[in-house]
Amino acid sequence: MADFISGFWNMYVMGLVTLSLLFCVFVLVSNMTKREVGDVKLHGHVWDETLAEYNNPLPRWWLYLFWMTIIFGVVYLVIYPGFGNHNAARGEHSQYYAEMKAADEKYGPIFAKYQEMDLMAVAADPEANAMGKRMFLTYCAQCHGSAAQGAKGFPNLTDDEWNWGGEPNTIKTTVLGGRMGVMPAFGPALGGEGVKDVANYVRSLSNLAHDALRAQRGKEIFETNCVACHGPDAKGNPMLGAVNLTNKSWLYGSSEATIIETVTNGRQNQMPAFQEFLGDAKVHLLAAYVLSLSKDQK
Amino acid sequence: MQSQATYNYKVVRQFTIMTVVWGIVGMLVGVIAAAQLVWPELNVHEFLHFGRLRPLHTNAVIFAFGGCALFATSYYVVQRTCHTKLFAPALAGFTFWGWQLVIVLAAITLPLGYTQAKEYAELEWPIDILIAIVWVSYAIVFFGTIAKRKVTHIYVANWFFGAFILTVALLHIVNSAAIPVSFMGMKSYSAYAGVQDAMVQWWYGHNAVGFFLTAGFLGMMYYFVPKQAERPVYSYRLSVVHFWALIFTYMWAGPHHLHYTALPDWTQSVGMVFSLILLAPSWGGMINGIMTLSGAWHKLRTDPILKFLVTSLSFYGMSTFEGPMMSVKTVNALSHYTDWTVGHVHSGALGWVAMISIGSVYFLLPRLYGKSEMYSTKLINTHFWIATIGIVLYIASLWVAGVMQGLMWRATNSDGTLTYSFVESVKASYPFWTIRLVGGVLFLTGMLIMFYNMVRTIAGEKAYNAPVIAPAVAHA
Repeated sequence: MADFISGFWNMYVMGLVTLSLLFCVFVLVSNMTKREVGDVKLHGHVWDETLAEYNNPLPRWWLYLFWMTIIFGVVYLVIYPGFGNHNAARGEHSQYYAEMKAADEKYGPIFAKYQEMDLMAVAADPEANAMGKRMFLTYCAQCHGSAAQGAKGFPNLTDDEWNWGGEPNTIKTTVLGGRMGVMPAFGPALGGEGVKDVANYVRSLSNLAHDALRAQRGKEIFETNCVACHGPDAKGNPMLGAVNLTNKSWLYGSSEATIIETVTNGRQNQMPAFQEFLGDAKVHLLAAYVLSLSKDQK
Repeated sequence: MQSQATYNYKVVRQFTIMTVVWGIVGMLVGVIAAAQLVWPELNVHEFLHFGRLRPLHTNAVIFAFGGCALFATSYYVVQRTCHTKLFAPALAGFTFWGWQLVIVLAAITLPLGYTQAKEYAELEWPIDILIAIVWVSYAIVFFGTIAKRKVTHIYVANWFFGAFILTVALLHIVNSAAIPVSFMGMKSYSAYAGVQDAMVQWWYGHNAVGFFLTAGFLGMMYYFVPKQAERPVYSYRLSVVHFWALIFTYMWAGPHHLHYTALPDWTQSVGMVFSLILLAPSWGGMINGIMTLSGAWHKLRTDPILKFLVTSLSFYGMSTFEGPMMSVKTVNALSHYTDWTVGHVHSGALGWVAMISIGSVYFLLPRLYGKSEMYSTKLINTHFWIATIGIVLYIASLWVAGVMQGLMWRATNSDGTLTYSFVESVKASYPFWTIRLVGGVLFLTGMLIMFYNMVRTIAGEKAYNAPVIAPAVAHA
């Protein structure tokens, strides 16, 4: 079904809207009987032994109510975008931009004040942190949690382990531009046994229980297939978002089954970009707040 | 001796009994879903997860409970006000078994996760086709009976039933149009894309309210209120005006579900304006029902069936005032996505739809077994009060919760940041969700009392088919 790219459907709907309104008016006008004097009469038909109908005139107050809503409706459709897209200045988009402009003018300076400051300085400022926290709870808590401790697939932000780098400006870059983390699927290339071997090797890197023989075989597989991203020492590569496999921090979980799942099917991870949505000044405060979360760990 | 022709009460009996049964099932699922909001631990299994039980609840109460009530009453009313037997009785029997099959399939597929993801139209395409077949059969039986009526004028209740049957056929077929991609997987893709899909969905969604839950039940009202009150309908003229006005305006109201979305401004405006204009046509039905009682008000003291019918009209009037108000964009900006909407729906669904159905079923049951009264009038009275208190608790708590949520979501600090995170508004809602649960449990309890009363009324009784009555002489 094509979009409404021509004006035809506007005209079509306008025509039907007008007809519907005229029909309401017609029904009302043709039933504006006077109040009757004396007893109200039955309409004259009887159904199912006892069902009959009076023919009382329409209640006046009800009639006025009906007229009022019709008149209001016509006036509204003329003043606001109604009969087609005229008066777009009173439409929802104009309304949105006007409200955003007013808010930016009112609140912009409050945020701009911190933008010139160094991120570490902002992170140490209690007032800025309170603002950052409020924004975090609105924009970030859905994935990273209210306490910023993350969830399966969403990094913990309080442990000073950084998949994409923990430098203040790098964190800000992450929030501004978002990140796309991709772990390719190795299931087809390595086969079930190969994946299991490499999973045992990965577990051995963090001193987790593992099958030594499998880990040894897995090491060879790791050196051929995984070092390109995770590095020869498996400490990862923040340039690629390749995670450190030796730091006891697990994005998806450390059980053998979970690691097998990760290696077999790969993982796709996305941190959304906030630059366009929030603007530089707010992201500056947010990044500073995130930075402050792990400062005890340093 | 020539045997006298009788009305076909069999299909009416079947649908009437299943109205009570499905009412209990649907409301029980609703109570479970409400409890899951209070105690999220109750989401014990994916089949019983809130996200799957909620559509099961809405489908069960609207289409199983409400649907059976509409089938039962329309088949009863159309025969008696046309003074003739039901047309095509075998096809009528098919509509009963076909409709029960639809309900059972819904009860199986929704918990399993098969859904079109369209609200109130979740059922997948093979079930949609079955619904369409049953519905066309229903139309043939209903309009066939109208066609062979023994009176010249068609009684007002039948206009409403007729409009409901025709429009629901149109709504269902247009909104469920989809491209099937698998049969066993029960998967299909909507025939419409993007915002047009949303518009078609809410054109359907709001007219399901307008024609299924309003026009159909107004048909019920126009028969059972004057019958039980033993008074003539207040105004024939008013019924003509509000009928046509209702039909012409409801069709446009759907876009108010999509205020402040990607839907073009002018479409939103049209939806809002027609929702406002809808106020008077809706109230026309309420006035005609309540004014029919003038001269018979004293009966309310002793007749709990009449209490159900009159209270349902009061709730109808209240929710059809609330609806147009909520469709105003400024109000909607606060109320949308909050529990206010859920409360509004239930003031219509419990207060209007359920209460008028319950009153009508209490009227019907004894008559379908050749008796004049239910087993216990006292229990009807108990049911009435428990149900009324339940509704009041339900809607009042969700009004408060909804307005509170709307205000919390828009509250800002001096720096323009939001005062509350979403989860804080969830936390603040718990007390009100608990009260809502209590309201729901009370309403369900009333239904269980009704079930007991029904069993005691019909146990050991022989099925009865009343003789067809000749039309009044002057009228034939």
